[in-house]
Amino acid sequence: MSKKNSSEDQPKSTSVPSEVDSTSSTEVSNEPQTGVFKKPVSRRDMLRLAGASGVGLLLGSSGALGIMKATGLTKQPASDTPGSAENVTTGITHGGDQHSFYGTHQAGIVTPSQNFMCFASFDVTLNDAAGLRRLFQAWTKASASLMAGELLDGQNENPNLPPADTGEAAGLSSSNLTITFGAGPALFDHRFGLSGKRPANFKDLPAFNGDNLQSEWCGGDLAVQICADDMQVAFHAMRNLIRIARGSAVLRWSQEGFQRSSAADPNQATPRNLMGFKDGTANPSVKDNSMMNEVVWVQPQDGAGWMTNGSYMVVRRIRMRIEVWDRSSLADQENTFGRERVSGAPLGSHNEFDRGDMEAKDTSGKPVIPMNAHMRVARGDGTMQILRRPYSYSSGMDKVTGQLDAGLFFISYQRSIEKQFIPMQQRLAQIDALNEYIQHIGSAVFACFPGVQQGGYIGDQLV
Amino acid sequence: MKARVTLPATILLSSVLFTACGNQAPTNTTAAPATTEATTTESTTATPSTESTTASTADFKNETEQYRTYAIGEIDSFVTETEKFTAAVKAGKLKEAQALYAPARMHYERIEPIAEALGNLDPDIDARAGDVDDKDWRGFHKIEQALWEKKTTDGMSEYADRLLQDAQLLRAKVETVDIDASMLVVGAVELLNEVSSSKITGEEERYSHTDLYDFVANVEGAEKIYDILKPRLAEKDADLEKQIGERFEALNKELAPFATKDGGYVTYDKLTKEDIRTLSQNLDALAEPLSQMGTILGV
Repeated sequence: MSKKNSSEDQPKSTSVPSEVDSTSSTEVSNEPQTGVFKKPVSRRDMLRLAGASGVGLLLGSSGALGIMKATGLTKQPASDTPGSAENVTTGITHGGDQHSFYGTHQAGIVTPSQNFMCFASFDVTLNDAAGLRRLFQAWTKASASLMAGELLDGQNENPNLPPADTGEAAGLSSSNLTITFGAGPALFDHRFGLSGKRPANFKDLPAFNGDNLQSEWCGGDLAVQICADDMQVAFHAMRNLIRIARGSAVLRWSQEGFQRSSAADPNQATPRNLMGFKDGTANPSVKDNSMMNEVVWVQPQDGAGWMTNGSYMVVRRIRMRIEVWDRSSLADQENTFGRERVSGAPLGSHNEFDRGDMEAKDTSGKPVIPMNAHMRVARGDGTMQILRRPYSYSSGMDKVTGQLDAGLFFISYQRSIEKQFIPMQQRLAQIDALNEYIQHIGSAVFACFPGVQQGGYIGDQLV
Repeated sequence: MKARVTLPATILLSSVLFTACGNQAPTNTTAAPATTEATTTESTTATPSTESTTASTADFKNETEQYRTYAIGEIDSFVTETEKFTAAVKAGKLKEAQALYAPARMHYERIEPIAEALGNLDPDIDARAGDVDDKDWRGFHKIEQALWEKKTTDGMSEYADRLLQDAQLLRAKVETVDIDASMLVVGAVELLNEVSSSKITGEEERYSHTDLYDFVANVEGAEKIYDILKPRLAEKDADLEKQIGERFEALNKELAPFATKDGGYVTYDKLTKEDIRTLSQNLDALAEPLSQMGTILGV
């Protein structure tokens, strides 16, 4: 991502453009070598370029390749491009649609949210540490290839074998693909000799008021969050990781998610959830490294040394009572969130990012922002933050009721689940006005490993 | 599965005829002894290079002969058991017919890729309702429907006769099947795919719920192929050979609790959702490395 960013001063992580429009702002990039000519070139770019040169489609593929070479446009992983300095915090490579799998932190956490998500939770079926290590190594190798937009290594030409890569992403750009791995509390039982390494207080969430958890949407030994700007690219990654895991780990549950795409909203305003309200306005800025160290990244003094530079992930599958919400009045909806629906501004304020006056009273003496409004309860005393990275989900129809099975696939990252997420969710579970319209039906927590160095593998500090 | 396989077999039959006339069909240039059956396996692999297939066919003579012996043995048993089953149907002995149904089918399920290579015989013997036009529907599942859903043998005498004839025809035709190494490799995976697509879902035996008999037989058929190819595989890729062996063991262990004292298996409706999921995942875990057995064929 280019340093040039119009929304730089606005504290919203889920709404930052992941790729600068090559026709406008690349010229003012701070990185001299990361402009449009260092971007990995897609097939479409190449054809457009050929057309612009007046050669057009008459060129054979070798001719087109010649143009690409002459202009330095041959596709290569952004990480190999000279001068493609990475932002240390986000792991974002400049000027492309590619993130490196390697770095201090795993990609996909402070990375600006991509358009689509595939989430998969696994049960490990092995019961030895060596097998687990082999799985991590195989996943690492595959993930590095997937994020670089390369075919998976192995037999892809042998007519007697199924191809090593399933092929549906062949020729597609890497689409900002990120793959983020984590381990659930269940992994730290007797099977792999890891019980001594379980971070203090890392366990399944306590029961919250109103929870209606269903086991089919809960838990897991391992999880992977896969995000990309193209669903086919994301699915391809998930499918191949599942395939690689066969015999070592089985899928426990999975969920696909979406948000408004970067194409639908070039301004990259704060995304709206399926209730029509902006979601993520109050997020801390992912570009503030010290803030991220404070809120997201596990620090050496936090204990469980293998987690330093990692982060704890909370996942909640929150079903919305869509039909009920759709027949509640606008005033009721706005009072529920404590914000205006259209602008996202706190009630009584005018702009989305206004802090909101919690003391303001209306003429009858009632708080303008109701005491049980979602934003007020979530904020609490304002001392604890989390990084929310949610997606909407739609899983068709509830076969029992005929209603929509849709809602929010809530994901948050934090240094400490116990200090950050749990107190916030306890407040919300008790009095949040939104509870009338939502139901938490899935829940899981994962310790997301620190980033992987070249030659290493995910969890190499653990097993 | 059945309906899908019938089609390429038919097409290939006609392409064999073309080959005889003018040799235009490139898929058949391998096949000096090109019978329909040999080429059918090619239709299920990804166009193997002609030379290597020919070479490997010769190289694997010992293995393919072992498999032929096994297949013929199973079909012999299949004919014998089908005879007992159809006799019970014709004699109006409902209970006896029900008891003989699933065990007889196991012999067929073990060598299903061979049967599928034999043109129309598989649908004639094994089609389910909806696989073929109603007027053409016959074979095991037609009788199954009568025995379990209608609880009668009435009207089944004619179907019993035809089933036995089809079984006998299968026995006669099997001698002509040209088994090559790629047929074995593909056949092993196909057997497990059969389980994946119809047995694990309980669709195959929708009236009798004896799906686990078929499940076990398909797995046994695949394991037999693995056993035969094992030395060659160990030579080429010892890790893969070991992995497949372990996963057969894991799946068999998973299946064991469903065996009944009389040597049969519990009905499908006794399985919980979790049982089905675990079996399916164990099956996938096995089928994945099994699909890599083609490494022994070289490129």
